[in-house]
Amino acid sequence: MAVAEEIRASSDTLLSVKSPRKPANMGQFIRWALLFIGGILMVMPIAFMISTSLKWPHEIYNLRLIPEEPTIENYTFVLEDGRFYWWFVNSIIIATITTICNVLFDSLVGYTLCKFKFPGRYIIFIAILSTLMIPTEMLVIPWYLMSQQFGWLDSYWGIMFPGLMTAFGTFLMKQFFETVPDDFIEAARIDGLNELQIWWTVAMPLVKPALAALAIFVFLGNWTAFIWPLIVTNSTDMYTLPVGLSSFGDEADVAWELIMTGAAISTIPTLVVFLVFQRFIIRGVVMAGLKG
Amino acid sequence: MKIYQNLTIRQKQIVWAWAFLALPVLFYTVIRFYPTANAILISFQNWNLLGDRTWAGLENYQKLFADPVFWHVFRNTFVYLLLGTPVSLVVSFIIAYHLDKTRFMHGFLRMLYFLPFMTSAVAMAWVWRWFYQPVPIGLFNNFLAAAGIPQVSFLNSTTNALPSVLAPAIWAGLGFQVIIFMAGLRAIPKSYYEAAKIDGVSWWTVLWEITLPLLKPTIVFIVVFSSIGFLRIFDHVFNMTTGNPGGPLNSTKPLVLMIYETAFSSFDMGYAAAQTVVLFAVLLFVSLVQLRIMRDK
Repeated sequence: MAVAEEIRASSDTLLSVKSPRKPANMGQFIRWALLFIGGILMVMPIAFMISTSLKWPHEIYNLRLIPEEPTIENYTFVLEDGRFYWWFVNSIIIATITTICNVLFDSLVGYTLCKFKFPGRYIIFIAILSTLMIPTEMLVIPWYLMSQQFGWLDSYWGIMFPGLMTAFGTFLMKQFFETVPDDFIEAARIDGLNELQIWWTVAMPLVKPALAALAIFVFLGNWTAFIWPLIVTNSTDMYTLPVGLSSFGDEADVAWELIMTGAAISTIPTLVVFLVFQRFIIRGVVMAGLKG
Repeated sequence: MKIYQNLTIRQKQIVWAWAFLALPVLFYTVIRFYPTANAILISFQNWNLLGDRTWAGLENYQKLFADPVFWHVFRNTFVYLLLGTPVSLVVSFIIAYHLDKTRFMHGFLRMLYFLPFMTSAVAMAWVWRWFYQPVPIGLFNNFLAAAGIPQVSFLNSTTNALPSVLAPAIWAGLGFQVIIFMAGLRAIPKSYYEAAKIDGVSWWTVLWEITLPLLKPTIVFIVVFSSIGFLRIFDHVFNMTTGNPGGPLNSTKPLVLMIYETAFSSFDMGYAAAQTVVLFAVLLFVSLVQLRIMRDK
């Protein structure tokens, strides 16, 4: 509880509205107006993407944001083609499994490194932390060779295996388990729970906000991941949405409204997730940014 | 079970700890450390995936440093860094500074700025690519035409292509930096500002003497984090220049794209591995230099 309270308190200062309210003056109005214009410009690329995906071919070159005769024809066309449907399914499966693995393993490792005293603890912590410095690009060639050797190319496992655990997640969780009082764990031990039960039923519920933040980051990261899925897949059926969209856009004579439709299909799910969990996600960004 | 029960509490803890860590330790060894060592090893070998791996010594590195394309790519990579990091830092600070002082529809404005962060780089690269097309297709040139301004060649020009590719990368990361800056701004104790107000200090002095110095940890974090991102730029470049990877005359090609092409188009694994080792060294060097400079100040 204490942890949740602490996080809520600190993020509420970020999210809440400050009082008391000063009377508006001209300077503040200009500031607001400029921020508003800037914000609208920021979402324009997204707005134009969605608007174009709803336009008929003859309309796409006019600059109006609202289509004159909106149509979902592009979506039916793209989905009936079948490929985007599969890429969408692939992306969902891969991002979901990877997220579950990260939430479980990163928190287990973070918890162990934080709450157990055992020989080798420091070395393991430093070793895991040091992997943060190694760029993915340095590992893709050996991963590719490994996948080739073990027949993992062009499979879900091949796409997923590099990201099943992350040092970032482990470090983030370790930071948060530090706020769980040792007394709680001792008390549970005296009650006769074994260590696995203590982790799962006592410690994990206390760091739920951090787990949610981690889950969102891992999901978003895998949903948008490009370079490794591009390398490891070679049949169209195994592509994820970004790889699929890239190859789709590259085909000769593909109309821009169809590319925009594909882009919208791969963007809208994360936008919806954001709009639904907005406060939560911003809280997560702050936590990860400050603690991670 | 009998043996386990005879252990002391401390010994039991050790057993549990290693039981929990067994799988992760295996994972980090096989999926992180072994490939790292392997990448360095391959960089000293000649290998085209099919034939044998033969020892090459420093040949790959010599070839790399003598390769004019590499130096061009190296320069591009640093242009991404030296344009991208300062621009995104200043713009996101200005937005955060003013957004922090705005109450009316604060949540809505913050959402507008953060939304691009939730998009996929590949999807947005294609959207921006469409914006950059010549008339009658591209949005930007259509606007220019409507305003009677001459056309601008974005992606097909050797000078404009790199900034054009960089723009969506900055755009997508801005919201994240704004949120981090705002959290940093809120963490500055109000008492400093109140004291400054009593002393009648101008807002400009407050900004330079109170806000920015106290914001230093946030600035260090954003600079290091965004620099790593710009040095590793790939998704945007690849997708905005498919068909002509790396833009006209390699004008947009960053190091990661060169690595990708060497490894997975030419299958020159040793040469590509040497490039990844250079990338690693560059990332490490830039991060350490930035941390050192900003700690000292």
